[in-house]
Amino acid sequence: MNLFTSTVGRKILMAVTGLMLVGFITVHLLGNLSIFWGADAINAYAKHLHDLGPLVWIFRLVMLCLFAIHITFGVQLYLENKAANPEPYAVQKTLVTTFSAKTMVFTGLIILAFLIYHLLHFTVQVTNPDISAHNLPLVDGHLDVFTMVVMSFQKVFIAIIYLIAMVALFLHLSHGVSSWVQTLGWSTGPSQDKVTALGKLVAIVYGLAYIAIPLFILAHIVK
Amino acid sequence: MNLTLHVWRQKGPQAKGKLETYQAKNVSPDQSFLEMLDEVNDDLIKSGKDPIAFDHDCREGICGMCSQVINGRPHGHEERTTVCQLHMRQFNDGDEIFVEPWRAKAFPIQKDLIVDRSSLDAIMQSGGYTSCHTGGVPDGNTFPIPKPVADYAMDAAECIGCGACIAACPNSSAMLYTSAKVAQLAALPQGKPEARKRVKAMTEALLAEGFGNCTNHYECEAACPKGISVKFIAKLNREYLKSMMPSSLGE
Amino acid sequence: MILDGKAPTGPIETSWDRHRFDMKLVNPANKRKYKILVVGTGLAGGAAAASLGELGYNVEAFCYQDSPRRAHSIAAQGGINAAKNYPSDGDSVYRLFYDTVKGGDFRAREADVWRLAQVSNNIIDQCVAQGVPFARDYAGYLDNRSFGGAQVSRTFYARGQTGQQLLLGAYSALSRQIKNKTVKMFARREMLDLVVVDGVAKGIACRNLITGEIESYWGDAVILATGGFVNVFYLSTNAMGCSATAIWRASKKGAYMANPCYTQIHPTCIPQHGDKQSKLTLMSESLRNDGRVWVPKKAEDCDKHPNDIPAEDRDYYLERKYPSFGNLAPRDIASRAAKEQCDDGRGVGDTKRGVYLDFKTSIERVGQPMIAQRYGNLFEMYEKITDENGYERPMRIYPAPHYSMGGLWVDYHCMSNIPGLFVLGEANFSVHGANRLGASALMQGLADGYFVIPYTIAQYMASVKPGEITDEHPEFKKSVEDVKGEINKLLSIKGKKTVGELHRELGSVMWEDVGMARSEASLKHALQRIPEIREEFWKNVNVTGESGELNQQLENAWRLADFLEFAEIMTTDALHREESCGGHFRTEHQTDDGEAMRDDENFCYVGAWEFKGAGVKPELHKEPLKFENVKLAVRSYK
Repeated sequence: MNLFTSTVGRKILMAVTGLMLVGFITVHLLGNLSIFWGADAINAYAKHLHDLGPLVWIFRLVMLCLFAIHITFGVQLYLENKAANPEPYAVQKTLVTTFSAKTMVFTGLIILAFLIYHLLHFTVQVTNPDISAHNLPLVDGHLDVFTMVVMSFQKVFIAIIYLIAMVALFLHLSHGVSSWVQTLGWSTGPSQDKVTALGKLVAIVYGLAYIAIPLFILAHIVK
Repeated sequence: MNLTLHVWRQKGPQAKGKLETYQAKNVSPDQSFLEMLDEVNDDLIKSGKDPIAFDHDCREGICGMCSQVINGRPHGHEERTTVCQLHMRQFNDGDEIFVEPWRAKAFPIQKDLIVDRSSLDAIMQSGGYTSCHTGGVPDGNTFPIPKPVADYAMDAAECIGCGACIAACPNSSAMLYTSAKVAQLAALPQGKPEARKRVKAMTEALLAEGFGNCTNHYECEAACPKGISVKFIAKLNREYLKSMMPSSLGE
Repeated sequence: MILDGKAPTGPIETSWDRHRFDMKLVNPANKRKYKILVVGTGLAGGAAAASLGELGYNVEAFCYQDSPRRAHSIAAQGGINAAKNYPSDGDSVYRLFYDTVKGGDFRAREADVWRLAQVSNNIIDQCVAQGVPFARDYAGYLDNRSFGGAQVSRTFYARGQTGQQLLLGAYSALSRQIKNKTVKMFARREMLDLVVVDGVAKGIACRNLITGEIESYWGDAVILATGGFVNVFYLSTNAMGCSATAIWRASKKGAYMANPCYTQIHPTCIPQHGDKQSKLTLMSESLRNDGRVWVPKKAEDCDKHPNDIPAEDRDYYLERKYPSFGNLAPRDIASRAAKEQCDDGRGVGDTKRGVYLDFKTSIERVGQPMIAQRYGNLFEMYEKITDENGYERPMRIYPAPHYSMGGLWVDYHCMSNIPGLFVLGEANFSVHGANRLGASALMQGLADGYFVIPYTIAQYMASVKPGEITDEHPEFKKSVEDVKGEINKLLSIKGKKTVGELHRELGSVMWEDVGMARSEASLKHALQRIPEIREEFWKNVNVTGESGELNQQLENAWRLADFLEFAEIMTTDALHREESCGGHFRTEHQTDDGEAMRDDENFCYVGAWEFKGAGVKPELHKEPLKFENVKLAVRSYK
């Protein structure tokens, strides 16, 4: 179908899947932020998720599809664009584009790499078995997610990985969010600047909120 | 004033090119950039060398023939200006100036600064028209077109087809060029009947010709000598989405 | 020889309709068998190629640019006339016809002008249907502005880029036919010879400007729509590539060159600055709608800042001399008046060859935003070139060569004296007489291309067996060899002067001696200088590079070689025409107050010249002009 082959069709796919992924990170963020309400809050959240049972798997499957589409076409478009522009200028100058726009594929891939690590770390729990929730004492009969998270981020190395990933996320969003408005044809010119500014603001909010968790733990504010 | 030029020289499409250095002496600030190149060429001819080949024609900023990247910017650094309208008073004595051709896979170099832009024609041929016949059309006032709509169409129609948008685009995408025509015709009652078909055909042609995809860098708008807005790309996207909706005819 | 324009007789109002019925048709199935070559893809050529392709003919189209969208029609700014009478201000087909005949100083063929005026309305409809975004009012209806030489508002426009929009319309129609494979487009080809077999045009030879290859193409008819020749003046408003080459080469193959002395010097151009300039830039005549033209009354005021010169010390000479048309006097008159003021020592600017075009009164009346909306791009362009702000101080303008009314002779069918060779648009001589009114060039180009040639070519085609002569014919090979020979000759000279230098020399002779005012002495001087420059060219020009490659110097060289021959015929025509009319002003023939004085008794004819060899006096053929509907009268705009 045209949607998967045409230049605009794929652009729309990128925008729509991107938008849904933003939806996902919003929910994920709200859940994660419960850590600031203490161990009980986030453990309850984790339990709640667990109890959804097969729904979780449906959700995971949808997420997998979204990621697959977003990543496949992102990489494909990047390769096509590189092929369309084979020779650089001796003097290379850009006027309005941003670092984040130019690095979308790289920040995207960093996020992918991080995602794999993140799943291994907190979902499969194989990277640091010593502090995985499965190996920690149960709290009220539930897994102690809070302790796992806190102990993880007290390790500087892990915290830095998360910090880097969140910077990548911030960059990715700061082009992605405003781009989405243009791609779906909702911008009408003069508002372009406002849309771009709004996109940046959204990216900053998400970036800061996500970074806050490892940072606060590392600084022993959450413990 | 005196300037140092670094100009891309390339014998032919298959030849390997490189930057050559030339001195432009006693340049008058009232000269246009191309008139300065004319003089450099006169000197080259007199010393028995091959002059620099560059595209140019009307020299009043409307034909879209001139196409040089000057210090990394298509048509040079002055906003909303083609090379032929760029005057040397915009430069300073002793400046070093890099002059390169448009670079994109869809624009193969033919010689020095001259590139083949027939890919742009191919995009137009794929659907950049209304299929009206010569004769047999209604009176020009049959369909009133409100002034804001006519102005919008005219804003889009100002494109001179030079290709600066592609030269500036990090992806070598021709989306601004394509969208200007799509938006112009989609806005007008005369263009609406074929709007669905047109946007599909033209965006397909864009890829087939070897241009890249638009990823919203907006470098095109910044480089456009006619100030064509990226809002027309948004309009194209909208038209594309519309074309995907099922029509009442069940197309 | 007396030429016959074959114009229909009888009442002019029905002449075109009757004639269309009388002409032969080619049935749709047979059209496919014919091949037509169209050289030049501007308004006339582009429209013709698209329309003929759509009718079913096999069309092959050629242009020297990299795309048909770049033809110099694109640079026309102001607008296109049509007798729609939308503003209800008294316009009609008859009035447009009358204005054009009178504006052309009674040197055009009446029936051709009538046809032009009649189809003008179809053009607007056609362009609207193509999606040309003409200016509209808030109710959504088409808007009009006024142009020189008319007292009605009949000019349709698309900001200051009307030519661009109309050309893009024609280009879109052409693109559609290319897609449908009825038209085959050959860009970056320049026609260098007309192939004539047994006195009939059967093809062309051209150079592929990219590979340098000399190619030949055959056709059952050849249409030239290759524009005008005012680059003979070196500095003009034409594009750098505009040349007489195609029509001149046809002329050397026997086509008559008609009225080459009728050249239009446009009054509102940006004055020349310095000697390094390569071209002049036009500012649309529409500026004269709101701008007032003046010079200081006293020569000693000329160096003052214009805003410091009080109203009583300004000479609004157009308003003074031509009160009923004022600043909208026709082009030839406005240009000559500007020259007069400068000759009188009251010119302004560094070179003293300039007059003011002042918007102050209009800005006070309607406000700067309104003026900016009407002409914003022109003010911008003016500032880019001159570094001066036209809103704050009056613009400086001066006349510059702009358009050629003369061109190859054609009959009512747009066919030249060589059967099978058709000539459209600026390249022919037909409708503008000795002076073209503003906004009429676009009208003529599109009229010829969309609404004339599709009918008239059928009459000729019906008499030709399709594909009877193809490029197998030895004449094609000979033509290719001739062209190769000439190119090798140009490349072998290896002299000292560049093509540019020699072109400047020719240009200065033509501008000084055959420019806005011509005298017997100046013309004779030119006739002496032109062969000298030509001789030097063939001995001392330096054309670098090779024949088998993209070689812009070579392109310029052959264009100049043709100008050097053409200039002589143009000057000869000017010398022979012992009268002043329209763009042709002979200082010997003027009234006491300096107005042009026509000689209808002796010169009411089209002068068509037959080439007899370079340096040999061409032979004059005359087509007498009859004026049965517009009375021959002194043309007055007072």
